[in-house]
Amino acid sequence: MNKRKKKISPGSAVFSVFKYLMLTAAAVIAVLPVCVCVLTAFKTTEEYNTTSPLDAPATFLNFENFKIAFQQANMLQGFLNTAIVLVVVLFVSVFIGAMLAYVLNRFKFKGNAVIQNLFMFAALIPGIATQVTVYQIMYSLGLINHLYGYMIVLMGTDIISIYIFLQFFENLSVSLDESAIMDGCTYFGVFFKILFPLLKPAIVTSLVLKGVGVYNEYYMSNLYLQSKELKTISTALYTFTGPYGNQYNYICAGVLITIIPIFILFLVFQKQIYSGMAAGAVKG
Amino acid sequence: MAKQNTAGSLEKKTFSQWVSQKKIQQRLVIITFLFVPLLLLLVFTYIPFGKMIQFSFYDMKYIGPKVWVGLKNYIDVFKRPECFQSLLVSVYYMGGAVVQLALALFFATLMVFKVKGASIFKGCMFFPYLICGIAVGFIFKFFYARGYVLDSILQIFGMDLENIPMWLQDKSINNISLAATSVWRYTGQNMILFLGAMMSVDTDLYEAASLDGANKWHQFIYIILPSIKSIVVLNLILSISGSLSAFEPPYVITNGTMGTGTYFVIMNRLAHENQKVGLACAMAIVLLAIIIVCTVAQKLFFKYVFDDGTSDESKAAVRKRKRAEKAARKGGNRA
Repeated sequence: MNKRKKKISPGSAVFSVFKYLMLTAAAVIAVLPVCVCVLTAFKTTEEYNTTSPLDAPATFLNFENFKIAFQQANMLQGFLNTAIVLVVVLFVSVFIGAMLAYVLNRFKFKGNAVIQNLFMFAALIPGIATQVTVYQIMYSLGLINHLYGYMIVLMGTDIISIYIFLQFFENLSVSLDESAIMDGCTYFGVFFKILFPLLKPAIVTSLVLKGVGVYNEYYMSNLYLQSKELKTISTALYTFTGPYGNQYNYICAGVLITIIPIFILFLVFQKQIYSGMAAGAVKG
Repeated sequence: MAKQNTAGSLEKKTFSQWVSQKKIQQRLVIITFLFVPLLLLLVFTYIPFGKMIQFSFYDMKYIGPKVWVGLKNYIDVFKRPECFQSLLVSVYYMGGAVVQLALALFFATLMVFKVKGASIFKGCMFFPYLICGIAVGFIFKFFYARGYVLDSILQIFGMDLENIPMWLQDKSINNISLAATSVWRYTGQNMILFLGAMMSVDTDLYEAASLDGANKWHQFIYIILPSIKSIVVLNLILSISGSLSAFEPPYVITNGTMGTGTYFVIMNRLAHENQKVGLACAMAIVLLAIIIVCTVAQKLFFKYVFDDGTSDESKAAVRKRKRAEKAARKGGNRA
């Protein structure tokens, strides 16, 4: 820790100052737009109309805007729907993602590489592009305006979580499987009893990443859950474009309500999120 | 196999034996474990993809008759002013992406050297990436609105409100304002990616280099850059498809008005508001074609410019790598 004992040359001192100056500036720019939102969310409408957006509110204990935003956008329902979707989708997608990676990593069979490439190519197609025809399929399957329909669309495994699991399986020795098979374990048993519990770190990472993705998902939710009582948190937030067009003290409160859960998640799972990013980057 | 057994137990035993055979069991595992993900992939990616190609040749709505129009939709993608305009708009986002990559590279490089409170800086810069796109839209709608956040900040620095442009209405700059929100959102994430790649280099190397008297610039050129060149190129190419798929900023902030409609905003409008399904499909196919061209370009780039074969485990890649190595040796462009 104590590297200060080293002699500091004037050149490196200048660099040091420059480094911290730059990083601080970047951090401030990154945080500023959100911070202004925090200030505004606590202002009464009168305060909001008379003060500069950069002024602090009279008190940080005025939760009126949050209450109004929460009720007007029907966020309770939104959180409830999002929670249901999250639980089901995360559970299923992590399971099938891990199973898929298990098969792709442990067995050599015709079509293994083909399947990997199919998933890779699928990742190239931007989600919104295919929704034009997915909508038609959803319509003919009768899945529109049902929470389960939306969940099914989201369940598909994405390439990033497949890579996270594949990488993890690479590092789990095959001798583990072999000795279990020798002991009379079936391949199903190997997966569920031995490997799946060992996957825990990879599961957490892919849960967090997929969770953030599902929580923030707007486009499909807007498309496939059109009735009012099926709104998820992101579509609920979007309703602020209408009647509250310029009442940013309410809008900011609404925005903060949606950000808070993600913020807490970030604080808790920072490490997993960063490592998940890296896993996705390895192969793009 | 067990034909000596009595007829009654014959079926059961052979069945359980059959199941417990290794090969059969493997096949069962493969089939059961692959069934669901492949079914989902088929129904929600590849069938829609096939239909997209088919529909792009028709003039049609979601319900009702289809009329074969041949390539007319594809011609329209480039001829209709709003479609073509949206391709031009994405150039702004590409510019933004380049700025974003440069910034990310810069800050990642600063972070490689010891920084106190690195995790706080990292956290602040990365967090915007996790915010829902709709929320980002609202945050910046407020940020850019006339007389609000940005204008107030500029006024503090002594600018007159009259001299400050209308960030979202002025057609000469509104796309830059919107692209800047993407830069804000993704720079931190890119930085984390680059930082991860840089850290994969043995950190002793930096110390050794600085002991040997290498300055920061040399460290950057000879140690940092080689370790991340492939991820930088990869992100540069990805940013092309990324900028064509920009959607949320214009959708929330300006709703695509005043010349800010990106490709996806226009496509969304055509598909779900005007129900010009054929045209929207043609747009999607054109986008995909662009993306495929970029991806192939990327593969070729890795193959011929960097000879590290992108560390694929397939035989083809090994062959590729060997060939690339040979080519490199012939070209003599490697020390």
